[in-house]
Formats: sequence, structure tokens, C-alpha cells
Amino acid sequence: MKILVCVKRVPAPGAKINVTADGSDVDAAHLGFTTSPHEECAVEGAVQLVEEHSGEVTVLTLGPGESEEQLRYAASVGAAHGVLVEVDGNGWDPQRTAAALTTAIEGIEAERGRFDLILFGNESADAGGFQVGVRVARALGRPMVQGIKGIEASGDGSGEGTITARREIDGGFEVYEIPRPAVLGVMEGLNLPRYPTMKGRLASKKIEIAKLAGHADEGGQSRITLHRPEEAVSETVILGTGAEAAAAVVDVLDELGVL
Amino acid sequence: MLLVILEHEDGVLVEAAREALTFGRTLAEKMGEDLEAALIGSGEDSLVEAAGQYGAETVHVAAPVELTDYSPDAYGSIVAQMVESLEPDAVLACGSSRGNEVMAQAAARLDAPFVANSLDATPGDDWLITRVQWGGSLLEDVTLEADTPLLTCGLHSVASEPGDEQNPDVEEFDAELDASDLITMVKDRVVQEAGVTLPTAPVVCGGGRGVGSADGFGQLEELATLLGGRVGCSRAVTNLGWRPHSDQVGQTGTRIAPEIYIASGISGAIQHWVGAMASKHILAINTDREANMVVKADWAVIGDLHEVVPAIIEEVKRRKA
Ligand SMILES: Cc1cc2nc3c(=O)[nH]c(=O)nc-3n(C[C@H](O)[C@H](O)[C@H](O)COP(=O)(O)OP(=O)(O)OC[C@H]3O[C@@H](n4cnc5c(N)ncnc54)[C@H](O)[C@@H]3O)c2cc1C
Ligand SMILES: Nc1ncnc2c1ncn2[C@@H]1O[C@H](COP(=O)(O)O)[C@@H](O)[C@H]1O
Repeated sequence: MKILVCVKRVPAPGAKINVTADGSDVDAAHLGFTTSPHEECAVEGAVQLVEEHSGEVTVLTLGPGESEEQLRYAASVGAAHGVLVEVDGNGWDPQRTAAALTTAIEGIEAERGRFDLILFGNESADAGGFQVGVRVARALGRPMVQGIKGIEASGDGSGEGTITARREIDGGFEVYEIPRPAVLGVMEGLNLPRYPTMKGRLASKKIEIAKLAGHADEGGQSRITLHRPEEAVSETVILGTGAEAAAAVVDVLDELGVL
Repeated sequence: MLLVILEHEDGVLVEAAREALTFGRTLAEKMGEDLEAALIGSGEDSLVEAAGQYGAETVHVAAPVELTDYSPDAYGSIVAQMVESLEPDAVLACGSSRGNEVMAQAAARLDAPFVANSLDATPGDDWLITRVQWGGSLLEDVTLEADTPLLTCGLHSVASEPGDEQNPDVEEFDAELDASDLITMVKDRVVQEAGVTLPTAPVVCGGGRGVGSADGFGQLEELATLLGGRVGCSRAVTNLGWRPHSDQVGQTGTRIAPEIYIASGISGAIQHWVGAMASKHILAINTDREANMVVKADWAVIGDLHEVVPAIIEEVKRRKA
């Protein structure tokens, strides 16, 4: 199976997320960067499918040149190819991002053949637009389901066959069965992503990253500012220290009527 | 007219749909427009009636016979068809998993922008919208330039509240689906657990890295069972393989809204907090008085959870006896 995973480089914030003084972006001056957690699971899921059914995994990202780091990380855990659509600035709203990714995917497929499966995160960790994958799937004319926490493939590596996918709902799950080529938006919980091995790390340094220039029209959503939500300041009542606080805790539970 | 897309399950409007109608009432008022609703897949009386209780004046029902279960493509196609033929001034759904998916599908079909998880919207030539980023850790103010604004409101961003009760007109909507819209229809449903689930549990006993091991969760399980609640956990815990991801609370886990969240050995990183902040009350148990979870809680016990939790269990048992 040929699988494509779309990943996004995002800052890795700590206990709080700070915004730059002009409110235009996250203040990432002292932060590391990572791949959105859903997409890390997407990469792992793709690698597992390929290990089981043969084939190869390609990762694609749209972002600044530094996003190469996220592509190489994906390579260190099993991806074979990386493609970077290089853009700068953050005027990349979801419509524009989806259009540029679609163009890139069409280009890659024209050269190397169709992907049997394309994986997205359910939503990006930062923007959380819940739509880039859906738009790309629609532009490519392929079926797409979001919220996926389980994937199985049937059939051989030749491109025929179906994808069975599970989506968690309250108290159970829904099962979807879609013919390939298919597109899925996956969520953390799909698997526990592996850590790179030393060998994987070395191999990832050598893979070639194809670079494309990003062009697409702006969409209808534009950022004015980012800011932190107002926080309700609560005066924490300390009920006690250690086991002796148990009676006070149970008093609280009793008052709330949950005993 | 503001059209609100209503999510339903087994003949009942889900809480997210009630929230969307509540948010929609305020928005329709700001727009100076009527509030109408759309039901896809079923037009049962109970659903129409509930929509009326929340202020919908008209309910459009699209229930093609071939649509026997949820399908993102079919639902998205129907919403897009409604935009084209009913010509609403804006369309709103709730930012649940389905709500965001259906609106994204509709937007992709209409080649129109879609703003997910809004908290506030000001109609105008260009709309001004405040939306959720980073799962709620940050907010983003955006302008939306669109013929028909498509948006969802953030899940649990408003408390649902019935409005001026209406006896809505029911309008059948003739939707056209083709075979490709049905490819993504749910094929099967598997029920895994009966009883309280994490998103709806009245009590959640959460554990973090401080619990120390998978076995350590036994005590939290016992407390949760005694209180008719469920166990939750942090991402540190799922990454360590101590609990399944379905227990994870936070940005990339479940959003909980219990009467009380008892968070033991959890530092309260922002990505965890956004999943817990809809809890009505929070009690933190932590060795660190300065932990974010402690600072933000209503009540806290400072101490080793391995001593505090068993003592609470004993006290609960004693009072229940
Ligand atoms: C994009 C993104 C998404 C994320 N999504 C989520 C998410 O959905 N959910 C989530 O939880 N995290 C999420 N995270 C991770 C988050 O940033 C934190 O790393 C994580 O929540 C930390 O878990 P923790 O509180 O259990 O561990 P720690 O931060 O290590 O805290 C452990 C706490 O236990 C206390 N403690 C230790 N021993 C004891 C004891 N014996 N008794 C009492 N207290 C004790 C310590 O004082 C400390 O406060 C996300 C991160 C990113 C970048
Ligand atoms: N800049 C990007 N580069 C590659 N993939 C992206 C990018 N932005 C979003 N995606 C993908 O689209 C998914 C949904 O993003 P969003 O619509 O922003 O929530 C993400 O989880 C990624 O898989």
C-alpha cells in the first residue's frame, strides 16, 4: 500500500501558551517544535499498515523550511519519503492550505502513482480548523471520514481492497468500510507511536526531502489576533494535608450530592 | 434566516444540538433573523418538538430513504444543498465530532470558508468571530468573508437552555444523494459499555503521572465505582501505557463536564486543563501546592495521593454504611 500522511509543525508549549506582543502568533522564541499528536499517530498507523501489507509511507507538510525537522522525525520512525511545500508567514487559512496540499498531492501522484490511503489528523493542534483533510479529500474526489481510532486494510498491496475504520462514540464505536483510495482523519489513541531507534535516526538524515513552492489563493478566514482566554481566578480552599483531609473531602462530596 | 443543523441520536436531540440552538438564538437575534433548524436522517416528532422548545420556528427535515445511518458525505451534501436552495443567511452547528465534520464537508462542496468552534460571532459585511485555538488554550479573532457564513460553536461553550417555546412548521426537504455520498455511511455500530461514560459521568477520578503505575489506578477505580463515576487520566499516563487512551482527558482526549473532577497526581498542563475546565467543581490532590491543577481547583488536598485516596475511600464507605 502507498500511504501519504499530512503532518504539521507546531510549537510544543508547556503549562501556558504565550502570544507575541502584537498578538499575531504564538511566542515560540523559547519553545521546541513538534508534530501534532493526532498526526504522530497517523504516521505510526501508516507505518504499521505498510509493515503488515508492504508498500511505503510518504509524509507531506506545508510550512516554513524548518518543517523539514518534522519530516525527518517521521522518517526516523519509518516513513520513506518527505515532501515540503515551503511557505512563509501565517496567512495560510484552511482553504488556502488545503488548495496548496491538493496541488502538491496531485503532483506527487502524477509522478509516483496514486496513494491507496491518505491520512490526516482529525484537527491540527494549533489552528484546530477541523477541515483541511476534508477539503483535500473532496478536491481529490475521495471518501473521507474523521475521528478515526482504528484502521484495518484488506486486500493486497496492489491498490484494490477496502479500509475498515473505527470511530469512537460515547459508549462504543462506529465502523466504516470504504474502498481504496480513501482518506481518513485520525485521532490520538489510534496507537502508541514508537520512538525512533538509533538506526532510524541515522537513516532519516539521509532521506531526500522534495521541496515545492506553495501557491494558492487566500481563503475567506483571516486572523486579526490571538489572545489568551480570560481565566476565572479561583481561591483554592485547602482542605488539609495528607490522609487527615479525608473527612473534609467527603463533606464536600456530600454537599455536592455525589455520595 | 439562521439555519441550525441538529445532531440527534435515537430520537433525542443530543446535548450538542441543544447548545447549538441556544447559541443560535443569540446569534439570530444579533442578525435580526429568524431561527430555523434542520434535521437530517430523521424527522421524528420528539426531535421536532425538542427543536421547538429551544426556539426553532421552522424545522427542515431531510430524510432520504437510502440514508439509514450517519454518513459524512451524505450529511455534508445535504447541508450544501440546503445552503443553495433555502438560502439561509448563515448556518450553524455545534462543534462536536460530527458537527465539525458535516460543516467541513458542506464547506468543501460549496468551496466556502468554514469557521470551527466559535465562541462569539458578530454579524456584518465581514463577520467578526472569536474561535478556539489549541483546544481552548488560546482564542483567535478572525474575520470571515463569505456569502453564507458557515460556523460551529465550541462544544460546551454555552450551557443549553430552552427558549420561547415554538410549535415549529415542518418542511420536508427533498435532498438528492448519489451513490458516492453513501460510501461513507456507518456500516456497523458496536456498543462497548453500558452505564456511565467519561464524557457524561457525574464524577471523574483522574490520575496523572503521580499515580506511579498502572496498578496504582486500582484505588482510583475503587473510588470512582463508589461514587458512580469513571476514571480519567492525563496524556503522560496514556503515553506510559498505564491506561487506554479512551480515559484521557484533554485537548487530544475527552472533554469532561462532571459535577466534580477529582484530579490526583496531575500537574494541570494547559492541554489537560482545557479538557477538564467544563467540570462544575474541581478537587486536586497533589504533593505540590504550586501545581497548576491545585492553583486552579476549588479545593485541594496537599499530600501523597497514595495516602489521601485510600483514606477518602474508607471515609466514603463509613458514611455509606
Ligand atoms: C498538542 C498537545 C496536546 C496535548 N494533549 C493532552 C491531553 O489531551 N491531555 C493531557 O493530559 N495532556 C496533554 N498534553 C500533554 C501535557 O502537556 C502534559 O505533558 C501532561 O498533561 C502531563 O501529565 P501529568 O500531569 O500526569 O504529568 P506531570 O506534569 O509529570 O505531573 C505529575 C504531577 O503529579 C504530582 N505528584 C507526583 N507524585 C505524587 C504523589 N505521590 N501524590 C500526589 N501528587 C503527586 C506532581 O506534583 C505533578 O504535579 C498535550 C501536549 C501537547 C503538546
Ligand atoms: N500546514 C499543513 N501541512 C500539512 N498538513 C496540514 C497542514 N495543516 C493542516 N494539515 C493537516 O490537516 C489536518 C487538519 O487540520 P486543521 O483543518 O487545521 O484542523 C491536520 O491534522 C493535518 O493532518
